[in-house]
Amino acid sequence: MNWFSKFLTSSIGQKVIMSITGLFLILFLVIHLIGNLQLLKNDGGESFNIYAAFMAHNPLIKVVSITLYASILLHAIQGILITLKNKGARKQKYLVSNTQTTSFASRQMALLGTLIFVFICIHMGDFWYKMKFTDELPLQKYATHTEYVKDLYSRVYIAFQQLWIVVVYVISMVVLTFHLLHGFQSAFQTLGLNHRKYTPVIKAIGTVFAILVPLAFALIPVLMYFN
Amino acid sequence: MKLTLKIWRQENSNASGKFQTYQVSDVSPDMSFLEMIDVLNEKLIVKNEDPIAFDHDCREGICGMCSMVINGRPHGPLKGVTTCQLHMRSFKEGDTIVIEPWRANSFPVLKDLIVDRTAFDRVIASGGYISVNTGNAQDANNIPISKIDADEAFGSASCIGCGACVAACPNGSAMLFVSAKVNQLSKLPQGQPERNVRVLDMVAQMDKEGFGFCSNTGACEADCPKEISLTNIAALNRDYLKASLMDQ
Ligand code: HEM
Ligand code: SF4
Ligand code: FES
Repeated sequence: MNWFSKFLTSSIGQKVIMSITGLFLILFLVIHLIGNLQLLKNDGGESFNIYAAFMAHNPLIKVVSITLYASILLHAIQGILITLKNKGARKQKYLVSNTQTTSFASRQMALLGTLIFVFICIHMGDFWYKMKFTDELPLQKYATHTEYVKDLYSRVYIAFQQLWIVVVYVISMVVLTFHLLHGFQSAFQTLGLNHRKYTPVIKAIGTVFAILVPLAFALIPVLMYFN
Repeated sequence: MKLTLKIWRQENSNASGKFQTYQVSDVSPDMSFLEMIDVLNEKLIVKNEDPIAFDHDCREGICGMCSMVINGRPHGPLKGVTTCQLHMRSFKEGDTIVIEPWRANSFPVLKDLIVDRTAFDRVIASGGYISVNTGNAQDANNIPISKIDADEAFGSASCIGCGACVAACPNGSAMLFVSAKVNQLSKLPQGQPERNVRVLDMVAQMDKEGFGFCSNTGACEADCPKEISLTNIAALNRDYLKASLMDQ
């Protein structure tokens, strides 16, 4: 196992951890979005609440969730450590700093990531915590479902009637767009997946993904606010 | 041309340096950037002042010695050009030009614009070679090598080890240099026997020298005078991953 710890502590190995956890978070975003779009269904929250109850109780989902929490923490901690190391590699700064050849996002991944982390904390405190660890949410019974389920929908609805919460969500999704504009294609480069034919395709998909997915997420609070 | 130069002056590696401003006149647009500094230095010598210390050797873009960050850009504003091949026609009458040394902890300043780049030498010494027995050189074309592989290896081998990639990188990372020096050998049959140990040892040495990590910002590629491409870094990552898994 000596080779393994050597790999994980090397500069390239630490970036591979960033890349794999990042790609896992990207995959999660897709699943999360598909589930959440049910909030926009005009059924008083029935399908969303039944879906939320399923997600809370299915044992397989539990394993995936724990992997997800671990990935977020690992990605965030590793990201901060790498950034501290990188900032420390040039103690004496340049008088004229060069920003012409690199993108804003690629230079500010840690700032963008930290903002995303703060958002994740607010977001989970609002819904995930209340769903999992409190009895605050009222119970609902639907004809299509045998058991009572927690009415998470109404909690989401109340939250998104408050303008400042909607604004926080929209800004956070813009931040996510910038993180992904660099991060999506960067993760493939880190894994060595660079190819004359496919890299331009990966970059194009990354750009479209970075814009469309956060946009769709942001639409949920905006539409619920105006409804 | 008349120019104002703001140049980093530092007595030695322990001294703390500072910028000093100089006025130069009678600069011809056809002079190279280094010749322009020569003109300034001649004046300083006549005035019994310490001339500006800077690295240079071939002055034709092949040795990699010249190393100046000009207005924030290593080797100046032009693409694919070393400082010695940059000409004053790239600047305008009356311009103020800020000239700084490569900045990275792994490249400590020795004097003025001269930095210590032996960290690169130690990375090469850790594995950037092939071991061959001495004796007669074998026939050229004895080992068939495809044109594509030969071209790619040659592309990587065109790295002149100047260190502009480290100077340009916001993280002070040496990945572009190391990847070029790994790939110039891993593309060729002669490089295969030591391929795994080479990449493991060179990356270990690179890390030991304290260079930052690669964030794939692309700053290195943009300022590399030999236009070494980021595909080299991806190939290095791939090779390193494979060697970590497969090496015995
Ligand atoms: C939904 C959330 C997130 C997703 C989908 C995501 C995705 C990614 C991806 C794909 C990368 C590229 C990895 C690479 O360059 O190989 C990346 C890089 C990075 N992420 Fe995230 N990330 C998320 C949240 C965060 C958080 C919470 C932080 C916390 C501080 C963070 C900090 C960073 C940093 C610093 C990098 C750059 C590392 C480097 O290039 O040196 N990210 N992210
Ligand atoms: S990769 Fe380019 S910038 Fe870096 S040392 Fe080689 S020639 Fe110089
Ligand atoms: S002096 Fe040799 S490359 Fe510039």
